[in-house]
Order: sequence, then C-alpha cells, then structure tokens
Amino acid sequence: MAMKDRSILEVRNLSMSRGGRSILRDLSFSVEENRVYGVLGPNGAGKSSLAYALMGLEEYKPDSGEIIYQGKEITELSISERARMGITMLWQEPVRFEGLSVRDYLGLCSRDGDVREYLLKVGLDERYLERNVDDTLSGGERKRVELASILALKPKLAILDEPDSGIDIISLDYIAEIVYELKKHGSVILITHNEDVAMLSDRCLLLCDGFIVKEGEPGEIVSYFKRKCVPCPTKRERYG
Amino acid sequence: MDDAYGLLLKTYRRMGGSESILRDERVAHLVIHGNEVYSSRAVEGLVLDSRSRADGVDVELRVKGGYRIEYPVHMCFGIIPEEGEQRIRLNAKIEDGAGIKILSHCMFPNAERIIHEMDAIVEIGDRADFEYLERHYHGEGGGIVVAPRAKISLGDHSRLYTEFSILDGRVGKLRMDYDMEAGEGSAIEALAKVLGYGDDEITIRERGYLRGRNSRGLIKSRIVVKGMAMSEVISELIADKGAEGARGHVDCVELVMENARARAIPLVDVWNERAKITHEASIGTVDKKQLNTLMSKGLSKEEAIDVIVKGYLR
Repeated sequence: MAMKDRSILEVRNLSMSRGGRSILRDLSFSVEENRVYGVLGPNGAGKSSLAYALMGLEEYKPDSGEIIYQGKEITELSISERARMGITMLWQEPVRFEGLSVRDYLGLCSRDGDVREYLLKVGLDERYLERNVDDTLSGGERKRVELASILALKPKLAILDEPDSGIDIISLDYIAEIVYELKKHGSVILITHNEDVAMLSDRCLLLCDGFIVKEGEPGEIVSYFKRKCVPCPTKRERYG
Repeated sequence: MDDAYGLLLKTYRRMGGSESILRDERVAHLVIHGNEVYSSRAVEGLVLDSRSRADGVDVELRVKGGYRIEYPVHMCFGIIPEEGEQRIRLNAKIEDGAGIKILSHCMFPNAERIIHEMDAIVEIGDRADFEYLERHYHGEGGGIVVAPRAKISLGDHSRLYTEFSILDGRVGKLRMDYDMEAGEGSAIEALAKVLGYGDDEITIRERGYLRGRNSRGLIKSRIVVKGMAMSEVISELIADKGAEGARGHVDCVELVMENARARAIPLVDVWNERAKITHEASIGTVDKKQLNTLMSKGLSKEEAIDVIVKGYLR
C-alpha cells in the first residue's frame, strides 16, 4: 500500500498491437517518485513502443489497459496534455529543425530563461546557442541538445529512449549525471538495450517480445539478461 | 501626401525599420508612395536618381567603381490606400570593384486592389558585390498582385545575393520572375521565402545561368502554403558550354497544409562535362516526428506547427 502511494506512474494490463501484430502484451508495472526505472530488452522487444504509448503518440494508442499518472488516468490524453502534466520524452533519434537555433529550441523548454547551464551539463559550450538544430550538428550533438532540452524542462517523469545511442562511450558519464539530475526533480524511465545504462536504474524490468519477462533489482535483471538473452533463445525455448 | 507618408513610416516601423535610419546622412534611402517619390538621399560613391512618370517611377542607381557603400541602402515602396498601382523601373549598375547592399521594404497594409510591379535590370561589373533583400508586408486583404521581374548579370569574380520574402500578411498573387547570369568565378545565390494562405497564388520562376568558368549558383526556396493557397516554383540552373568547373545546386522545400496545393519544378541543364549541378525538391506536410518532439515539450499542435513553419521561413 505504501508503495502505491509513492508511485507517480502505474501501467495496468497494457496491450497494444500494430498492423495485426501484438507489440505490448498485458504489461503492468509502477514507477515510484524520484526513482529511476529501467526497461531493458533486445532490439524489437517493444521498448520504444512502450515509450511512445506512455508519451501518448496517436499511432501508439493501447488496445486495452490503463496508464495512471499521479492518480489520474491519462490513457486517452494527447502528447501535449501529458507534457503539460510534467511528462516528457527523449527521442531515440532527435529530429532536425531547419531555421531553429539551439537557443530558441531550449528556450521552448526552459522555465527559468537561462539555457546555457543545460548545455554545459551535456558537454556543449555556449557557442552552440547560435547554431541551428539542423544537419549542421552531428547526430551526437543533436542528441546532447535534446538531452539539454529535457533537463531544461525539469520534468516530473522523463522517458529516456536509448539515451546513449549516437553518443560516444565516454559520454556514458554524462548520461549518469543527467539521470541523477533528472532524479532530483522527478522520476525517470530509462529505456535501453545497454546493460551498463540499465545499471543506472533503481528498479528494472526485462522486456522481450512485448512481455515483461522479469522485474527486480537492476543487477539481478542484467545478470539474467546476460545469461538468458545473449544470445537470444528461440521463442520456443523461451515460452515452451 | 503627408498623411500617406506618415502611415508608410508607421508600417515601416512595424516591419522593424526605424525613422532615424531615414534621417541618418550616412545612409542612402529612397521612399516611394504609389508612383510619387517622397524622399531620397545618396551617399558618396552612389548615384541615386528617381523620376516619376505618368504610370510609374524610373530609378537609376549606380555605384561608382571601387566604392563599397558602407551602410545598407533602405528603399521603401508602398501604397497606403486600398487600391492603386505602383510600377517601378530600376536600372542599376554596380561598377567594377564596387559593393552595395539594399534593403527593400514593400508595404501594402490595406491592399484590396493593388498592383505592384518592379522591372529591374542590374549590371554587376567585375569583382563587385550586390545584395538585394526584399521584404513585403501586405496586410490581410489579399487583394494585391505583386510582379517582381529582374534581369541581373554579373561580370567576373563577382557576387550576387538576393532574398525575397512575403511572410507578413496575405500574399495575394505573386508572379516573380528572375533571370541571373554569372561570369567567370562569380557566384549567384537566390533565396525566396513565402507563406501563403487564404486563396493566395504564388508563382516563382528563377533561372540562373552559369556562363563562366568556375561560376557558382544556388537557387533556394522555402514555401509554405495552407488554406486554399497554391504555389508553383520553377527553379532552373543552367551551366553553359563555357562553364567548366561550375558548381550549382537547386534546393526547393514546400510545406503543404490543409487544402493547399504546391508544385515544385527543379530544372538543371548542363552543357559542360566538367560542370556539376545538383538539385533537391521536396513537398510534404509538417513532419510528424518534429510535431511529436515539440508537443512532448508541452506545445499544442498549433504552436508546434507555428515553430516549424517559422523555422522553415527564417
């Protein structure tokens, strides 16, 4: 009961299919306040689909189940409505915005005006402010700008979809710092196929083929993932 | 006249201009309301003559050889009443080694039945620079026909930059037609940015001839149409037989929303095996991923579209 009181997000029996194929199958889990919840799984497990469903993308509406955020059902709410309630998302592949400067882009997110500090936190200096969020930035730089935008929002719930993809390995330290920073203001759902990144979470689930295979402490989940999922067994072996 | 002049200046301020620029003796300017010249100033190295005709205004502009005009020249063209006609004939000569930048503000805030035509012939000498930025403000009536036509030739090792935009108010009917030709080592860059809505009609034809060796050309357009607006953009870049080593690119992006319609026709024509011209053209609606990204930061769909469109047209 005490656990439920502290939860910011509860997912109840969430199922979703696309093009006649089941993507998420009867998922239930909850995320506590100011905690990092890891979602680990191989490619194609349904991790990004789960992120999109939680963020409220039109094309990822669940077939059944409920998403409860701060005690309110948000399953039918739009992306904007969820964002205004404090939910946001780091997209795995940040998009380009022609003609939009980093300063203006971060300005859309910042509640306190000064956006330089957020750039510094992701390893970019203020010279980037006048650059545009377009293809003049490398993929890694755009990802960092996207991370800075998430920090500027100070969300109550940040969904980070593969935060380390497209960034060099040294920058994993930055990811850890960013996750720590976000945790000060709210909760984090950390979606990854990287075991090291999953270890940054407080609690973790293993997602495979749309199912929750296992949920528990990150060390336990990562260990299970290494033993059972790498290399990936066949569906027959996995589900009998 | 005073009344119209005051209202013209008011619109000029609304477009971000400042009257102090028109009073500044270091800055050349030309203010024309309808077919009447209200105010004009030249500076050292610049000859600027204008003469009203029965059906228009003739403007002669000459930058003397070797002179680089320090401050941009401000040109204000407009009609304040709801109806009227304005026909400008501009003859410009930028002599060898000279340089000038012109900011042209075209203001028709109450347009209901207005025709604005500009016929420009511009000769740019060798090692000379010419920049012409034309920005329009039309109000919401939409009753205007805008027909800017230009023939611009560059000598050798010179540079041309043109930027044409109608982003504030209804376009009405735009019939833009520019021909540009570049000599050896010269560069042409032409950018058009237009936002059309209502039943606006946009026709843009820009043709760049790369005539000389190692000449360069970029023709770029960013068009957004919504409502029932229509656009057609024909961008041509031609590398002549003598254009060995020439390089060019045509880049046309059109965003279409609601019931609008857009056509883009990039045309490249290469006559020299050592020249290279590329093109890209895309027409589509607002990118879903861009929308989702901005909405995940709390923007409504309308606000997100506004940010994306403004970025395209910036």
